[in-house]
Amino acid sequence: MQQHDIVIIGGGNAALCAAITAAENGASVLILESAPKPYRGGNSRHTRNFRCMHEAPVSVLVDAYSEQEYFEDLLKVTGGNTDEELARLAIRESQNCLPWMQAHGVHFQPSLSGTLSLARTNAFFLGGGKSLVNAYYRLAESLGVEVRYEAPVTHVEIEGSQVIRVDFDYQGEACSVSPKAVVVASGGFQADREWLARAWGPSAKNFLIRGTPFNRGVVLKDLLDQGIQSVGDPTQCHAVAIDGRAPLYDGGIVTRLDCVPFSIVVNKNAERFYNEGEDVWPKRYAIWGRLVANQPDQVGYVIIDSKSLELFMPSVFPPTVADSIEELAEKLELPAAKLQQTISEFNNACAEGKFHPTELDGLSTTGLEPPKTNWARPICDPPFYGYTLRPGVTFTYLGFKVDKNARVQGAEAPMENLWAAGETMAGSILGQGYLAGFGMTIGTVFGRIAGREASNHVK
Amino acid sequence: MLSESIQEARRQLEICNACRYCEGYCSVFPAVHSRRAFDDVTVTHLANLCHNCRGCYYACQYTEPHEFALNLPAALANVRQQSWQDYTWPISLSRAFHRSGVAIVLATIAGLIVLMLAIHQLGSWQGEGFYGVLSHNAMVSIFLPAFLLPILVIAVSIRKYWRASHAGHTRGAAITETISSAATMNNLAGGHGEGCNFEDEDRYSNTRRWMHQATLYGFLLCFASTSVAILMHYFLNMPAPYPLFSLPKLFGVSGGLLLCAGTAGLAYLKLKADRNLGAASAWGGEMGFVLLLFVVSASGLALYGFGDTAALQALLVIHLGAVFAFFLLMPYTKMMHGFFRLAALLKDRNERLSRST
Ligand SMILES: Cc1cc2nc3c(=O)[nH]c(=O)nc-3n(C[C@H](O)[C@H](O)[C@H](O)COP(=O)(O)OP(=O)(O)OC[C@H]3O[C@@H](n4cnc5c(N)ncnc54)[C@H](O)[C@@H]3O)c2cc1C
Ligand code: SF4
Ligand code: SF4
Repeated sequence: MQQHDIVIIGGGNAALCAAITAAENGASVLILESAPKPYRGGNSRHTRNFRCMHEAPVSVLVDAYSEQEYFEDLLKVTGGNTDEELARLAIRESQNCLPWMQAHGVHFQPSLSGTLSLARTNAFFLGGGKSLVNAYYRLAESLGVEVRYEAPVTHVEIEGSQVIRVDFDYQGEACSVSPKAVVVASGGFQADREWLARAWGPSAKNFLIRGTPFNRGVVLKDLLDQGIQSVGDPTQCHAVAIDGRAPLYDGGIVTRLDCVPFSIVVNKNAERFYNEGEDVWPKRYAIWGRLVANQPDQVGYVIIDSKSLELFMPSVFPPTVADSIEELAEKLELPAAKLQQTISEFNNACAEGKFHPTELDGLSTTGLEPPKTNWARPICDPPFYGYTLRPGVTFTYLGFKVDKNARVQGAEAPMENLWAAGETMAGSILGQGYLAGFGMTIGTVFGRIAGREASNHVK
Repeated sequence: MLSESIQEARRQLEICNACRYCEGYCSVFPAVHSRRAFDDVTVTHLANLCHNCRGCYYACQYTEPHEFALNLPAALANVRQQSWQDYTWPISLSRAFHRSGVAIVLATIAGLIVLMLAIHQLGSWQGEGFYGVLSHNAMVSIFLPAFLLPILVIAVSIRKYWRASHAGHTRGAAITETISSAATMNNLAGGHGEGCNFEDEDRYSNTRRWMHQATLYGFLLCFASTSVAILMHYFLNMPAPYPLFSLPKLFGVSGGLLLCAGTAGLAYLKLKADRNLGAASAWGGEMGFVLLLFVVSASGLALYGFGDTAALQALLVIHLGAVFAFFLLMPYTKMMHGFFRLAALLKDRNERLSRST
């Protein structure tokens, strides 16, 4: 096998940005992607947009989104748990990403119908993340980057502050290469359900994984075991509530359910457990994964009536329909008497008032625990509809600690020839919480930095 | 059969409606996203709106082996094909020719034989140029019915389709927009102008759009050439043959060249493209149709080039036989897509205009 200057571990957005940048800078690059070609691109293939700072309208983005506002949005979701230097670097660089992406084959489209709230801050990829990934692969190959699919890396051998060897499986054989530089861009560990269960607790066996089954944290664990420094809470993952019928892996965007604000949500004992109308959905969807994860059997049931059916984006699976609450309880296998009681208590606590689906309307229950503080309308107009909810894991927070050059930090000193980009180092910036579209920003910014640094190193 | 393919397309459209990532590719997605449910009529309408650019296949994160098994271009192509077949009388003919290239070849051969017999029986052996082979009146008596009858069948089909699709009130603006959309084929531009994903997986290219436009404009020029010639014959008393610098010849030659190049290009692209992203069962019929158009245009050009040699009679038989077959097959071949597409585009414009007001 030809010796390449740089090996890139992973085949998602961060890996491809690094590969393209390095190849354009004259390096010879090998991508090792564990997925087969139809599933290449990791979680990046499921994305729809990236969050982009801009001073004035540009491409599909309207108005302006300043560095300061972007940073404040980040502070809000992370509760301050962020590295300001790296965060501001990612934010500032995001404005250069847009033209770079366009020049490298990515097309954008105006914010999708139903996502108007993101039209100012997030630039949507035409065709979504898979078309972005396709464009990057096509370009990378035209630049001479070699891509191996179904080539999972099993071990990265470290000696002092040098990577000296990368081991991987390919076509049934154990292979090794010794490149001059390595970029890790192989995501988090959320697809390793056993690891998830060790970190989170046994209930994690009922979690669904929203994205790729290939991000199993093999390289992450391997390097952390060799003393590489980590950041991010090892027990935490970003989880949202998704349709309980979603596939175990790769269900992606279509399994989300946006009806919670117009519903009541009960657990398997037909009891409510949280204020469904606390805030507008884009600000709350991310807490519901955790809420459902804390319920018995990690399952929730959303119940609405015919008034609300058309108020939210359709989702992939049709709801369970029934003409009475009793029938609905039976179909959802919930205790019928209890469900009826919960619903009539809720209905009795609703007050008259003006309902407004798209803003906080203050239509609140009175004397109910937990309350529903907005959009509280009695559930009384058949047919009734129900969906099951499960926690759907987007990514894990544990990752490599990097500096502003994406350089990985070894036990004693910065590594000389190892860089990291994307989800696998996102914990350096996102200690907790999540800002829609920031994952692709981090991957693009640090992928390009890692590609630049690695290719300069091998020159 | 129809309900099965509609059922499959509906399943996929519901997934797309939850996803929406492909919104900017073409007119289909905004139309999908403005709805929550897809009845049979709507699915058929969306299918006829789709130009099979395939952008939404290569961009889709849910294509096989994913269990959602998205392949919207194929699902819509199957419904579309079925709709042309099912709205056209008699169904048995349309089933046969839509699906089978061999049937089209056989029909063309039959056309040649008819023409040979006609020449044998009615041959005039007087008059100039090709009227020396077959008199003007004999030609008219063969081609007038062979043209008008299919047009009638098509008109009835489209009327049926239009009525069934509850296309709404048509405003002038909708008509101009429809014509401009068909004329520019903006739905084959991919939403960004770089074209569609046809001949080389996910690489964007405008080749198919250009080839299709060459075919369309070539066809229209040939049609114009014939129409002008008819007018000149009857109203100006100027029978064929015409000199090069006459409208029929200028239209005919330029149209023939465009049509020839366009159909050859489309056939070539069709060979390179993945058959499973179209109506796989109709591949042969579609190919047969493109090649028939190619034969029509190539033989027309040959007639122009070699019309005063000994080959005249043979070329005339081939050309007129192919034209004869082409006319008669119009309602039962890919030709129908143009009419259904126009209807679907018009309905789409009607909907957009009423959404925006
Ligand atoms: C459903 C969903 C929707 C999302 N939507 C958005 C969005 O709209 N905007 C946004 O910014 N973020 C979004 N995210 C988050 C986003 O996907 C990630 O932040 C981003 O894709 C991370 O990119 P990456 O390149 O680091 O990782 P990935 O794209 O996940 O790539 C990791 C790659 O590493 C490979 N790999 C793993 N282990 C190995 C190994 N041992 N050897 C070799 N290769 C290996 C994988 O196969 C994969 O190709 C979404 C996530 C999900 C799940
Ligand atoms: S084709 Fe696939 S990516 Fe495109 S809208 Fe449909 S489900 Fe989404
Ligand atoms: S194949 Fe092209 S025209 Fe048809 S629905 Fe997909 S993107 Fe639209």
